[in-house]
Amino acid sequence: MLSNIGISLVVLVLILSFLIIYTASIDLKISGQNIKGKIYKLSLYQITFTILSFFTLIIGFINSDFSLINVYENSHTTKPLFYKIAGTWGNHEGSLLLWVNILVIFSYLFLVFNYTHDKKFRLYTLIFQNILILGFLIFLLINSNPFNSIYPIPVEGLGLNPILQDPALAIHPPLLYVGFVGCSIYFSAAMASLLSGYDGKLFARSIKTWVKISWCFQTLGIIVGSIWAYYELGWGGFWFWDPVENASLLPWFAITALMHSLLVLEKRNTLYFWVIILCLSTFILSVTGTFLVRSGILNSVHTFASDPSRGIYILFFLSIMILSSLTIFFLKYKKENYNFTLKSRETFILVNNWFMVFFLVTVLIGMLYPIFLDVLTNVKISVGPPFFNIVIIPLVVPFMVLMAIGPKFGWVKSKDKIFYKVLFLILGAIVINLFIIYFFGTYSLLSNLIFIAAIFLILHSFLDIKKFIKNKRNTELARIISHLGFGLLVFFIGINHQFSLEEDFNLKVGETKKTYNYKINFNNIKIKENKNYKAVIGNFKLTNLNNNLVQYLNPEIRIYSNPETLTYEAAIKTKITSDLYLTMSNVSRSDYYNIKFQNKPFMVWIWISALMIALGGFIQLSFKKNEN
Amino acid sequence: MKISITKIIIFSAVIFVLIIFWQGLKKDKNYDTKSLIGSKISNFNLMEINNVDQYISEEDLKKNKYTLINFFASWCAPCRIEHEYLLNLSNKYQQIKIIGINFKDKKNNANSFLKELGNPYDFVGKDADGKISILFGIYGIPESILVNDELTVIKKIVGPINQIQFEDILKITK
Repeated sequence: MLSNIGISLVVLVLILSFLIIYTASIDLKISGQNIKGKIYKLSLYQITFTILSFFTLIIGFINSDFSLINVYENSHTTKPLFYKIAGTWGNHEGSLLLWVNILVIFSYLFLVFNYTHDKKFRLYTLIFQNILILGFLIFLLINSNPFNSIYPIPVEGLGLNPILQDPALAIHPPLLYVGFVGCSIYFSAAMASLLSGYDGKLFARSIKTWVKISWCFQTLGIIVGSIWAYYELGWGGFWFWDPVENASLLPWFAITALMHSLLVLEKRNTLYFWVIILCLSTFILSVTGTFLVRSGILNSVHTFASDPSRGIYILFFLSIMILSSLTIFFLKYKKENYNFTLKSRETFILVNNWFMVFFLVTVLIGMLYPIFLDVLTNVKISVGPPFFNIVIIPLVVPFMVLMAIGPKFGWVKSKDKIFYKVLFLILGAIVINLFIIYFFGTYSLLSNLIFIAAIFLILHSFLDIKKFIKNKRNTELARIISHLGFGLLVFFIGINHQFSLEEDFNLKVGETKKTYNYKINFNNIKIKENKNYKAVIGNFKLTNLNNNLVQYLNPEIRIYSNPETLTYEAAIKTKITSDLYLTMSNVSRSDYYNIKFQNKPFMVWIWISALMIALGGFIQLSFKKNEN
Repeated sequence: MKISITKIIIFSAVIFVLIIFWQGLKKDKNYDTKSLIGSKISNFNLMEINNVDQYISEEDLKKNKYTLINFFASWCAPCRIEHEYLLNLSNKYQQIKIIGINFKDKKNNANSFLKELGNPYDFVGKDADGKISILFGIYGIPESILVNDELTVIKKIVGPINQIQFEDILKITK
């Protein structure tokens, strides 16, 4: 039943996309500034049916309707309601339907909200966006249909992977999808702009809001993902340079570059073609990332089941996207004249872009190199954290310094004498750095440089905040918050990396272990039955020997029944200054438990500063509204 | 469109990358190392974990009728689970030699791991950066490879050894 409803809705959306493309191409020939009402209507139907199809699938999951293969494979009746719903996008087919939904929603919103812009440009955007929608709909129907039915209907489902049953992970995919698939709209707009000749400032204005929205959601999505990794994977780390994490970073670098150069295009009407390249590559990189992960070419923790036949389709589609956008770009490309001086804000924004491109290329090479090597020479290697750390971290130093100084320069040409201020702040940063070394301990030369640069950026941002309070220029606030957030992020990651304590040992119930300045008592073990898992909960008493502060931590081992899996839940006591992190795993056939104890300074500040970066974006979005 | 060298280079680069992706798809057995069964292990040279002067290579394995090469680390929880089976094998069955390859681990941690749980290995090799393990087609630990005196891989166990696999090893080596 649901299967038929779902498939009919998807087919309806498919037909509507064709109709929209057809009507829009006819409307292109008609002069005037108003788009036909018929197109609005068709788009409204399209968005309605798309959202309905998604709700149909959600209902399938809520009711545990195992006549749908997708529900059977990814759900179970004993799962809590929240995770039944989250299961909808916790699998390949369902997430593809979500993907189509976001394509359609952005298509509709762009059409409705950008009514002040050129008609031809809007129509072309609509056409390109609907070609994308068609591409993914066909993929969904022929290869990854979430509404495929199964007969005889199974009584019980296979269940959702327990490590995915987590609130952070339930919202992580939708956030990332809004971020990554949202990029599609300015991919289409960029193509439309090239074809319709609607360029420059006006084009920048038409896509500005959409770029910001997708940037905010991408940033937030990546942060939520790493918070999840921190407390769920039980290693105490939060970024692993895993291929899928890398895949999510690539479009983020491109879109961050785009956010900045878009300012130049809007204010100074230059860098148009560079902006177009960034618009096109952001979405192309999103799709490339999806291809690499879903096809199984890259192996990682995100095992969304690899299926080469999926890969062939996405690759085919990706090739069309890249080759057609390249062709159109080259057809329309004209040489631009850049007339800005060295000491102008434009120059610094360009420098930001170079850095972003450098980071992007580094991560891309780290990701693709093993694939190339494997295909060309049959040699299998893996590129891990050392590569990324060595190549990227040193470059972060000048990057942060420029990030602080750049916004100080005015557009076109700047006369500000900022030299003494910079010198003064660098001296201040060096002094603070010396304090840290004096009180906490020494570190390498590179770490010194990173700390100094980060503190410099932080101090600089504080001065900016002071200035902002005086003259209240709203557009500045967003930038200050984001840049301050980045400075703090690097600073706290640095501190955390330098001064984390870690100890691995085995304990029996009743035993005590002293490590660093903590005494750890293993008090007892409790077993608790939950709806879909059984938990073995350890009770540990941690005494800080310096101040005799006592804390209780309760790490768990969870035994899930469907599918049968063990997960280890870390116990984390978060304080403003540090996190205490304890995981426990059972040692087979012995009374001992393997305990991993970690003390991670300023962990919560890493999250706060990362969230500040995203917050900057949201602030800018909200001010945009007020201006209107 | 005017044709220029830049454009040609960019297009060919893009097409090259796409072709590589396409070829990569065909290699979907990327990390499926089952195909290693029946093939010969590659040459290697492995240093003893506590003794810089002591080495072992594929030549030494030819002397044993069967050799079980086990990849382990002190930080690996499932390695503790399978350890008992390894001890069992080493105590009772003389015709099989066990070589431990200590994967991405610290020397002291590895030694205390073996002190605590017992040492089933006839030789413990050091592979601090994991490169030698890659040579054997290892991508995660624990993993174990059973080779005969002709250096052919007879059995490959991904993940901790369990009762069934333990009995299987006994059947093969009998």
